Amino acid sequence: MVRKLLKEKKREEIVKVASKLFSERGFYNTTIPDIAQAVGMSVGNFYNYFESKEELAKYIMQYSSSILGEEIRKISQMDISTKEKIFLIVRRFIEIAQERPELIDYFLRIFLSNREVFSEGCEGFLCVGEVVTELMLFLEEGARKGDLRQQDFFPAFVTIMGPLGGLVFLKGEGILPKNPIEYADEIGENIWRALKSDEKV
Amino acid sequence: MESLEIRRKSLIWISGLTCNGNSHSFLSSTSLSFNTFLNSVNILFHPALTYDREFKDIYEDILEGRLKFDFLVVEGAVSKEKGKVYFQGFDVYEILENLKNVAEYIIAVGNCASFGNFPALYSEDVVGLNFRFDQKSGFFDVGFTTKSGMPVINVSGCPAHPEWIIKTILSLSYGYNLKLDSLQRPKDFYMYLTHDGCTRNQYFEWKVEAEEFGTKEGCLFYYLGCRGPLTHSTCNKILWNDKSSKTRAGMPCIGCTEFDFPLRSKYFETKLNIGIPEEVPLGVSKRAYIMLSGVAKTFTNHRLKGKLEEADQ
Repeated sequence: MVRKLLKEKKREEIVKVASKLFSERGFYNTTIPDIAQAVGMSVGNFYNYFESKEELAKYIMQYSSSILGEEIRKISQMDISTKEKIFLIVRRFIEIAQERPELIDYFLRIFLSNREVFSEGCEGFLCVGEVVTELMLFLEEGARKGDLRQQDFFPAFVTIMGPLGGLVFLKGEGILPKNPIEYADEIGENIWRALKSDEKV
Repeated sequence: MESLEIRRKSLIWISGLTCNGNSHSFLSSTSLSFNTFLNSVNILFHPALTYDREFKDIYEDILEGRLKFDFLVVEGAVSKEKGKVYFQGFDVYEILENLKNVAEYIIAVGNCASFGNFPALYSEDVVGLNFRFDQKSGFFDVGFTTKSGMPVINVSGCPAHPEWIIKTILSLSYGYNLKLDSLQRPKDFYMYLTHDGCTRNQYFEWKVEAEEFGTKEGCLFYYLGCRGPLTHSTCNKILWNDKSSKTRAGMPCIGCTEFDFPLRSKYFETKLNIGIPEEVPLGVSKRAYIMLSGVAKTFTNHRLKGKLEEADQ
């Protein structure tokens, strides 16, 4: 049990270091020896944790998705209004982007830009299933209660994820005049207005 | 040797508020089943089948103690008030009160007798024999049992499948012990789902959806309102007329064996919220269903892409 926990902890450490390296140098310019060295482990030992660089790349996406999915799940289960939940999801996303910038950078600069790496075993929603599932559950409940307008899932999905992705991209490019969290409520309001049913204020 | 006639159990079939759909269904059973039934059970009275004796004479014989019988089959909803529902000139309220301790078994055939069904929507006093929808506020008191010790046995469905009616009665007449579910339906017929045995299961697994009725291909769950994964029945295990079922013919299951059948609307439409089904298959959480569906949709089962008759895989 302890051994398993230790292994899990080490995997997390590798994810943290590797996602940063991948984002800075690119997927192909980062080697396993680079990662092993940055973590402070031998190359041989690295293979005890991940079979290949591609496996690590996919795992990072699943790991990020489970962190974000868990946060959305917690908010979904809170006893607050759908509008408040949207504001909170936006705020939490931006906070995570600030706490773990390497994960968001990884998503934008590696996952979206190197699709060939993810074409087997990570295609579609396979590696981001948790985020998508939690958003589906959140949107379904909102529409069932009459708070959100009925529509297809995908327009609603990109209405939430689009602004969030855009904001962290602008932050990454260094062109946001204010701290991203200061935009949280305005983005929350925009998403709420875009998704709410007509009779909601 | 004792004659077969004497050993046969006997049955009386009465009707309350009904379209007689269960009688039609009963008469549509296969000739083998129906012959076996007639050889095993003596039908003393059925409003559409027997003609040699009037109901009033049989009823009088029973009330006077001159005639015993085993099965009281009730088709149709009944009223908890006197003087509302009549059968052959007699108040059904009184027939039930008078016969409830005489019959060995009482069988509620169809959704109206089981749960009140559509007639119950129109009046508070209209009920099934033991249930009003899912509430145990039917005609008989909670805990009521007949002489056999069994509660009212519900053979639900709108209509009930002829084989479920026949096999329930035959099983009891042969002395088999029937296990019932919480809605007092025989488990042999209601522990399965319509989904079990559906020829479209592979389409369900791979999330290949039908968008029109009457085709051989596609799952009817996502767009066309199919209740197969949420409905207890053996429609795809014991086929209708030994041949087919709704889903096999490209018609969605409309959940007619369940107490909430008349409480729903839009039978040919799946209620979606932002594209996600409001109700998911029995036994799984919505989260689990969405996760699995997402994975299934990521992949393509090439065999299921086109028309089966044109495919060669």
